[in-house]
Amino acid sequence: MPAAMPAAFQAVTIDYLAVLPMFVVVGGALVGVLVEAFAPRERRHAVQVWLTCGTLLAALVVLAVWSRDHQSVTLGGSVAIDGVALFLQGTLLLLAVIGVLVMAERFGGVGSDAFTPMGASTPGSSQEDAATRAGYATSEVFPLTLFAVFGMLIFVSANDLITLFVGLEVLSLPLYVMTGLARRRRLLSQEAALKYFLLGAFSSAFFLFGAALLFGYAGSSDLAQISQAISTGAGDLDGLLLPGVVLTLVGLLFKVGAVPFHQWTPDAYQGAPTPVTGFMAACTKLAAFGAILRLTYVGVGANRWDWQLGVAVIAILTMVVGAVLSVTQTDVKRLLAYSSVAHAGFILVGVLAFSQAAIGGVMFYLLAYGATTIAAFAIVAMVRQDGSEASHLSQWAGLGRRHPVVAGVFAFLLLAFAGIPLTSGFTAKFAAFAPAVESGTTGVVMVVVGVLASAVTAFVYVKLIVLMYFTDPVEGVVALQPSVPSTIAISLGVIITVVAGVAPATILQLAGNASQFLL
Amino acid sequence: MNSLPLLTVMMVVPVLGAVVVAALPAGSARLARPVALGASLVTLALAVAGWVAFDTGSDAMFQLTETHSWIPQFGVSYALGVDGIALALIVMATILTPVCLLAAWNDVDEAETGRLKRYFALMLVLEAFMVGVFAATDVFLFYVFFEAMLIPVYFLIGLYGGGRRQYAAMKFLLFSLAGGLVMLVSVIAVYFVGPGGDQGFLVEKLIGNLDGSEAALRWMFVGFFVAFAVKAPMWPVHTWLPDAATESRPATAVLLVGVLDKVGTYGMIRFCLQLFPEASQWATPVVITLAVVSVIYGALLAIGQKDMMRLIAFTSISHFGFIVLGIFAMTSVGGAGSTLYMVNHGFSTAGLFLLAGFLVTRHGSKMIPDYGGWQRVTPVLAGTFLVAGLSSLALPGLSSFVSEFLVLQGTYQRYRVAAVVAALGIVLAALYILLMYQRVMTGPKPAFPEDQAPPRDLSLRERWVVAPIIASFVVLGFYPKPVLDIINPAVDKTLQIIGVSDPQPAEASGSAQ
Repeated sequence: MPAAMPAAFQAVTIDYLAVLPMFVVVGGALVGVLVEAFAPRERRHAVQVWLTCGTLLAALVVLAVWSRDHQSVTLGGSVAIDGVALFLQGTLLLLAVIGVLVMAERFGGVGSDAFTPMGASTPGSSQEDAATRAGYATSEVFPLTLFAVFGMLIFVSANDLITLFVGLEVLSLPLYVMTGLARRRRLLSQEAALKYFLLGAFSSAFFLFGAALLFGYAGSSDLAQISQAISTGAGDLDGLLLPGVVLTLVGLLFKVGAVPFHQWTPDAYQGAPTPVTGFMAACTKLAAFGAILRLTYVGVGANRWDWQLGVAVIAILTMVVGAVLSVTQTDVKRLLAYSSVAHAGFILVGVLAFSQAAIGGVMFYLLAYGATTIAAFAIVAMVRQDGSEASHLSQWAGLGRRHPVVAGVFAFLLLAFAGIPLTSGFTAKFAAFAPAVESGTTGVVMVVVGVLASAVTAFVYVKLIVLMYFTDPVEGVVALQPSVPSTIAISLGVIITVVAGVAPATILQLAGNASQFLL
Repeated sequence: MNSLPLLTVMMVVPVLGAVVVAALPAGSARLARPVALGASLVTLALAVAGWVAFDTGSDAMFQLTETHSWIPQFGVSYALGVDGIALALIVMATILTPVCLLAAWNDVDEAETGRLKRYFALMLVLEAFMVGVFAATDVFLFYVFFEAMLIPVYFLIGLYGGGRRQYAAMKFLLFSLAGGLVMLVSVIAVYFVGPGGDQGFLVEKLIGNLDGSEAALRWMFVGFFVAFAVKAPMWPVHTWLPDAATESRPATAVLLVGVLDKVGTYGMIRFCLQLFPEASQWATPVVITLAVVSVIYGALLAIGQKDMMRLIAFTSISHFGFIVLGIFAMTSVGGAGSTLYMVNHGFSTAGLFLLAGFLVTRHGSKMIPDYGGWQRVTPVLAGTFLVAGLSSLALPGLSSFVSEFLVLQGTYQRYRVAAVVAALGIVLAALYILLMYQRVMTGPKPAFPEDQAPPRDLSLRERWVVAPIIASFVVLGFYPKPVLDIINPAVDKTLQIIGVSDPQPAEASGSAQ
């Protein structure tokens, strides 16, 4: 453990192999920026897609081959590459590959179909038309994605509050931009981006303030030292501890979309380009839960009796509000947004169990939910009426008759969201709920609320299945033929959903083995 | 022991059949029906083999067992096995499936090849799940089948049912899911009060080893019981059944009411009684009351129905009341009677639903007032319908009489008032069945339009559907011993687990004096 305040300058030892995946990703992002500057316009899309996927896969290989054997607290104590960090980073990279493949979908156009040719042009202006005619494409989204992934990789391994904050900002800023880049319904998209940015800035401020209070209490921003200060009672200013914990948690709960900090979720999910929505829903949620796990288990777990009940109330509210409001939605993306709120509540139930099994269960949940979500949003992006996304529920009527495969896959993914056995959703729910039941009465109460909320959300998903299968088709709604990348992405999502439902033992074992924090 | 994993094969065969049916090219979609029937007959043959291999003298709790590690992190095993109760129900399910497939032969237009293939594939998938749910000896695995089973039924009702099929399918799914999810909490909790470990969900390891507070165990019991009460269905959570049964095809209704709902009563024996003996005894007064209410309520509502399918659905609610009564009477006679009742009820409901369905396909109406005098038009149909009805009202000599008598006898040993009140249900049964028969079949010969051929009597296919059902009434009515021989050891075992013994007749009469 390095000293908190070194008297003289000491060179920080860095275990490069432990953090190499992060370097690979940020390096790929920087190369991506150069590609934007120098590659000819017509080749940019292909180059960026290959580069981005290659970078993410390379990082994944590095992680699996080298970083795995270099578990350590490194970079001067600011980054902990332990089992939890490795599992979450690996999952992030995998999900990011799937997400990028979905973003790459062109549907026969020049650039990515989901993104506006020129983000800076006024919606509906002649400038926008000119950009379209000139064949512009926003291939910047790929380096932006890599930067966001870099931030997420930091976020799940950050071992002190400052690094955590840096990760938070690095992952958020590219996402704000990407949210505003939708090709269609651009005003909605820009509004969503602004809303996301403003609320995100607020939550960052909350987090920072909380971090400052915790520093004031413990005299260090290092999570391990904060934990030590709490357990030895060494802190001088006891009154700073609880506000500090609450404010940092608010900042993180905002990112996962927990009630009452969820208001941005439906708007951002609806306005963002659909592939970005899928990426955000899967990866941001994963990163934020990774950070919550580390903060609560490593950092401030010692005084959890002071705040645990409050977070339990938040978890219950999140499940209930997410489930109930999803019933009234008429837009597929908003519906999935509220369902993601409900899922955040389910995951929080697992987090609050405070056991090693809970860590494994939560990590499994994040993997399963992420894969299902990206695939689901990829399908949402395929269903069109008159060229634009048919996101209104009424437009999904009878899809099962016209496009049995697309509707069948989507129905399967919905059943996974609903948590029907033999899909990943059920295993994941079990993995998150079982430790909660074991943890005691509060846990049992949360689980009971959780299963009732599941029943409500199941109604929503089944309603959608009814719509697709049992009603007459709407004229003009078609599911576009996906290209190879997004077919691969959807297949991966479905495969993970099946495997994690039917034969989850291997993944659970992996998550279980990795569920140990390094202090 | 037999090395062939018989129970797994019994699930694999229908699933393979379903895959083949679904994969048939559009040109040969007609083959869907014979292939499906073939697969279900092979499954039946396997079930018979299981019946033969079953050793009634064995001390083991389960036979034909197979256990493999599935999700050791959760303590979940892929564990199958049967006791007499489960075996009887599996055999019933595997007999009813080919019967239903044959009855459903013309349910879907041959021209709609996709719909035809899906219909028969879904039925086969359902059969596989039915075998699985009765054969599972791991609580988690049981739950998986219990929930997964909803999906094929949901599509069978929602895609192939009548006018309000969407509403009925949704109602069915929501009731079952809600009940099932409440049970999930109990399922999770069972593991933590049990011995735990890699195989912590095995029923055999859990029985007698639950180490929780009295209150916790009672809550868990409630979690299981609610799910099973919805499934069974008991008053007041029965409201989904009449809708689901009316809106689905007769064949689906048979599988739903005749087999699937038995999961509820089976679950009460396997999980409520065996895992939570103390809590079961604690809950008995409430359960017995609900059961008696179900008996009377179902019968009264059946009398008032105009829709034949709805009427049959309400008779089932009444009969499920009897079954639950026998289970919670906790006497060996009542338990054996209930299990036998589950089997008999499967057949008699199948007879009523399918024959009513044949009638409806001839006349196009489900409403009783639209009929009258049909025994002069379709005498064989009318005759078999009467036999099925008489079996349902427990005429001596037909199968249901044996089981109903045993249930009431078993109940009377402990709960005299309940038995006496429930016996009224038999009187009401005579009313609803005979009134229906009178209104539909007797009276002057109905007039049919001149330009239309009059309805024909049962075809050869339909006779083949009815024959095994009628045979079962007679065989089980006169000679239920083979079934009772298989059931009795399992029932005694259950009572032994609960720790109660039958009340002594002498003592009982002594206290009455």
